[in-house]
Amino acid sequence: MSGVRVLVGTKKGAFVLTSDERRQDWEVSGPHFAGWEIYHLKGSPVDPNRIYASQSSGWFGQMIQRSDDGGKTWEPVGNEFAYEGSTGTHQWYDGTQHPWEFKRIWHLEPSLHDPDVVYAGAEDAAIFRSIDGGKNWKELSGLRNHDSGPRWQPGAGGMAVHTILIDPTNLQRIFVAISAAGVFRTDDGGETWRPMNRGLTSKYIPDPDAEVGHCVHRIALHPSRPETLFMQMHWHVNRSDDGAETWRKVSGNLPTDFGFPIDVHAHEPETIYVVPIKSDSEHFPIDGKLQVYRSRTGGNEWEALTNGLPQSDCYVNVLRDAMAVDRLESCGIYFGTTGGQVYASADSGDTWTPIVRDLPAVLSVEVQTLP
Amino acid sequence: MIRVELPAHLRKLAKVDGEVELEVAEPVTLGTVLDALEARYPVLRGTIRDHGTLRRRAFLRYFACEQDLSLEAPDTPLPEAVVRGEEPFMVIGAIAGG
Repeated sequence: MSGVRVLVGTKKGAFVLTSDERRQDWEVSGPHFAGWEIYHLKGSPVDPNRIYASQSSGWFGQMIQRSDDGGKTWEPVGNEFAYEGSTGTHQWYDGTQHPWEFKRIWHLEPSLHDPDVVYAGAEDAAIFRSIDGGKNWKELSGLRNHDSGPRWQPGAGGMAVHTILIDPTNLQRIFVAISAAGVFRTDDGGETWRPMNRGLTSKYIPDPDAEVGHCVHRIALHPSRPETLFMQMHWHVNRSDDGAETWRKVSGNLPTDFGFPIDVHAHEPETIYVVPIKSDSEHFPIDGKLQVYRSRTGGNEWEALTNGLPQSDCYVNVLRDAMAVDRLESCGIYFGTTGGQVYASADSGDTWTPIVRDLPAVLSVEVQTLP
Repeated sequence: MIRVELPAHLRKLAKVDGEVELEVAEPVTLGTVLDALEARYPVLRGTIRDHGTLRRRAFLRYFACEQDLSLEAPDTPLPEAVVRGEEPFMVIGAIAGG
């Protein structure tokens, strides 16, 4: 019988939740790496037992952990993330230039074809690659050294490569998103990168054609249609149908188009999910009602999904890496909150239930669909 | 034998209980003790000192014999009581809370 494994990164450790294909009863293991911030865990699509985890601490810095048995046991691998060549500077909050400083890994993206190859998105913004299962890391420095680098700036949460998407039809093409620089794309496996932000509008950027500076919170794509990307920006939900060359707004009837995560249904490339958050100064749902919004038309027309979600006195946030989908026949949707709940829907979002509810603040959720 | 006391999270990473005991050749300094610690437990590289620069991580401090050695140079000799193994060299994390 097939099943799912949900990998949850929290402010105080990692948790692994498993269930069969009915997704009714859940076994929770953890905390792994208790007391450490786990920004992200993700399994290899090639070998589901190979899982990478980013473990970090303000005291002790960055560790990368690897499991080869589906998250039962872990071994630390390489933790040296050195910027290549001249470190350079980016824009600081006060407009002055500030040197790049490595802080942590926000996101790990295993290769679609080789379990030993994995990409890491860093704060301060950079992308690294390991080709030996995480033991050694080399920066793909063409991203950080892009001409626009001195104009990138940190958002309130830092300046990080928080999203890495590999085009399944063209392994040389990778998209990344950086707050607050925007989307970048490489077509040569990471050597050179190009800003891909045409069509985005941000009211705090006076130049409507600004090449960089947009606070992109998350991008997502469906593997069958990698030319189409969906974006939750600081404000606005956007989509592109030309590989991020141009974007257009599809916020439509959302009650607020601020938010963090966005994801795509496993079997319906035009069905997408967001979690509207009241505003950038009030990071919680409107009126204390936790609602996922689903569009079956690739944006613009949205419906609220509330069945099973708290509809009063709920003031949690859902962070950018804290939503994922499984690939079972009836697609499951999962998201975690800063209140420590992980909610799951086994019916594409129609009904929800908390599968665990008292964890530390959830930073990330990933799902593996197991044979 | 040099005794080294580590914060709980680093003991867990290194898979040790209690103090670590290290053979360190003369001269016994801040730098040679940390070098020996990282050689014996490679998993600790980067967790106390930065890779490359070997600068102490900001939220950690070095103490021995009731002295704060955090700002001393790496070639600073450790106190005789540490060299004789009578007192531990301590790596201490800043207290969090409030």
